[in-house]
Amino acid sequence: MSDTLTIRDLHVAVDGKPILRGVNLTMQRGETHALMGPNGSGKSTLGLAISGHPKYEVTQGSIELNGDDVLAMSPDERARSGVFMAFQRPVAIPGVKMADFLRHATTNIRQPDRKEGEELIPMREFRKELKGKMQQLQMDVEFARRYVNDGFSGGEMKRAEILTLAMLQPKFAILDETDSGLDADAVRLAAESIAEIGRDKMGLLIITHHDKLLVHNPPDFTHVILGGRIVETGGAELAAELHSQGYERIRKAYPQDDAENQAMLETEEPQSIG
Amino acid sequence: MATATQLGFNQETFDAFVAARDEPVWLTEARRAAWEHFQNTDWPARNHEEWMRTDIRMFKLDRFSPPQPTDAKASSIKGGLLCPGVALAGHNRSLDSHSLDLTLHKNWSDKGVIFGSLDTMLAEHGDILRPHFQSAFDPTHDRFASLHAAFWTGGQVLYVPRGVVVDEPLHMLSSMTDGGTDLGHVLVVLEDGAEATLLCETSSPTETAGGFHCGAVELVLGAGAHLRFVNFQDWGHGVWHFAHQRALVHRDATLQWTVAALGSRLAKVNQRVSMVGEGANCQVNGVLFTEGKQHLSYDTLQHHEAANCRSDFLYKAALQDKSRTVWRGMIKVDPAAQKTDGYQRNDNLLLSGDARADSIPGLEIEADDVRCTHGSTSGRVDEELIFYAGCRGFTRKEAIQMIVTGFFQHVFDRITIENVRDALALAIARRVREYE
Repeated sequence: MSDTLTIRDLHVAVDGKPILRGVNLTMQRGETHALMGPNGSGKSTLGLAISGHPKYEVTQGSIELNGDDVLAMSPDERARSGVFMAFQRPVAIPGVKMADFLRHATTNIRQPDRKEGEELIPMREFRKELKGKMQQLQMDVEFARRYVNDGFSGGEMKRAEILTLAMLQPKFAILDETDSGLDADAVRLAAESIAEIGRDKMGLLIITHHDKLLVHNPPDFTHVILGGRIVETGGAELAAELHSQGYERIRKAYPQDDAENQAMLETEEPQSIG
Repeated sequence: MATATQLGFNQETFDAFVAARDEPVWLTEARRAAWEHFQNTDWPARNHEEWMRTDIRMFKLDRFSPPQPTDAKASSIKGGLLCPGVALAGHNRSLDSHSLDLTLHKNWSDKGVIFGSLDTMLAEHGDILRPHFQSAFDPTHDRFASLHAAFWTGGQVLYVPRGVVVDEPLHMLSSMTDGGTDLGHVLVVLEDGAEATLLCETSSPTETAGGFHCGAVELVLGAGAHLRFVNFQDWGHGVWHFAHQRALVHRDATLQWTVAALGSRLAKVNQRVSMVGEGANCQVNGVLFTEGKQHLSYDTLQHHEAANCRSDFLYKAALQDKSRTVWRGMIKVDPAAQKTDGYQRNDNLLLSGDARADSIPGLEIEADDVRCTHGSTSGRVDEELIFYAGCRGFTRKEAIQMIVTGFFQHVFDRITIENVRDALALAIARRVREYE
């Protein structure tokens, strides 16, 4: 449980346009962090940059996992070294069944040195485990036969991402608005599932607008991002304050970052797949 | 028997070829007529609509000869990808159009099923087979058709008598030596109410082997018959492949035809399905995977000649390197063919910027109460899918292999034999290379 993810002075641009302007964040495995901020502040960008999206260009700074240079790794190497992101809007892969996708993914993550073409986890063993996880998450086992995210409702996509999280057991998980688009019951189920799967076992970075996920996953740290910078870090009480009172105090306290945030919003938020 | 010293396709080799074959007069006459037609016909013109996208100027017929018998053993030939693990009712393997071995379960021969080399069986069962032979195939369609009709050799035949249901697949493998010639003719006849599954594949000794295939496929389905036909073209990448394929589907008969093509240097396939009896039903599933400088061209025609018929053609192609596919699809509906339900679709997945897929769907409708739809798509592999899979631990190559397999899944799902489905998926996945 001594794994550490360290982000130092991270600057990220998309199509030459700066989005993140010097993010510093250190997470230990087992900790829960909340990342909050208004629209356009760069929340999803941070997750996509950590995951290695090719359009998100790191212009300055570093990301290290236990001292290893994450920025030098391809997206699959990052995943295999234990970094995970639950996407806000995951893409559909027509014709590929969830079960087959997850079997391959799980094999690669558990056997990071596996070479292309080597054996996957035996089908029977994998199915049993997947079925168990699906029951734990109160998912219909038929779900595994559907094509990855193809024709899924918003809620189903989020459930599928949580199932993936449960199977892959990463060291660090970034959850990008895993509660958005869900009704109250579904949010509670998602929050409980995340707590059960990840709390204390993984380092969780929960990106959220709402407080419901955090009720079941009270953050050890709350970070407020504005205009591409983390401007304040506090405990669970900071998350509570933002939920009840919004970002007015923050915007006034950091007028320059607020201006950057407004400018980014006006030039349109980059299309994220996350 | 033509000797090895007589090379090329000319009057001399034709005369020697015919003289060496102990064939009935009607068949010899048919060969002579086709040879006559060949001599009086030009190669297809470059501006001919069917040929304008397919350049055959590099094809030199005089580099090839009529199929020669070889002393190779059946065990030495490659191929047979489709049948491992499948219990077969029978199999027939040939090399350069000469049969090497043949088995047919006694159970089926006792029921009157005919299976084996077409030339042998035409001689033995001419009374049954002659009315169907060249009933679907037109020897005057073009110069390749005439050449085939004059020189066809060996071949494969499956005949299933009325009402007989062959419940295990039959397998035909046509193999060719490097630089060899295959002039095989496949004739499948299902009498009224008969059913069969036929796996038909081709192979070369190596992936780069050359050669010349000029072939024909004829499928004749009697009333209420049901044929599942899998046609897997896996020649070496130096082979010239010219084929005329035609099916006649009679009243209430069902044809499910799967075409998988991974091989050849250049393939020009003319595929026609004629729904000649009311209530006929036809589904064609095409899977094409091309690489290097391969050029695969398919002209398909779903011809509705009778009322209340359904046809559903789905061709999917994935292309890498500088390869190219051409698909021209036509739904033709005759005035009598009311209540036609016709569908055609062609989807292309481009794995490299240098690959090119031409897709030309067409409708020619002369009846007024029909439903005919068509569509085509072409696109690159979506980088966002590769990234998403990467975030789940897939390498770029693994991600592309998975996306390609998923692209074909809709067609694979329509193949009822699991081993065949898996064999095709695997054959394609192992060809996918990494692209930046």
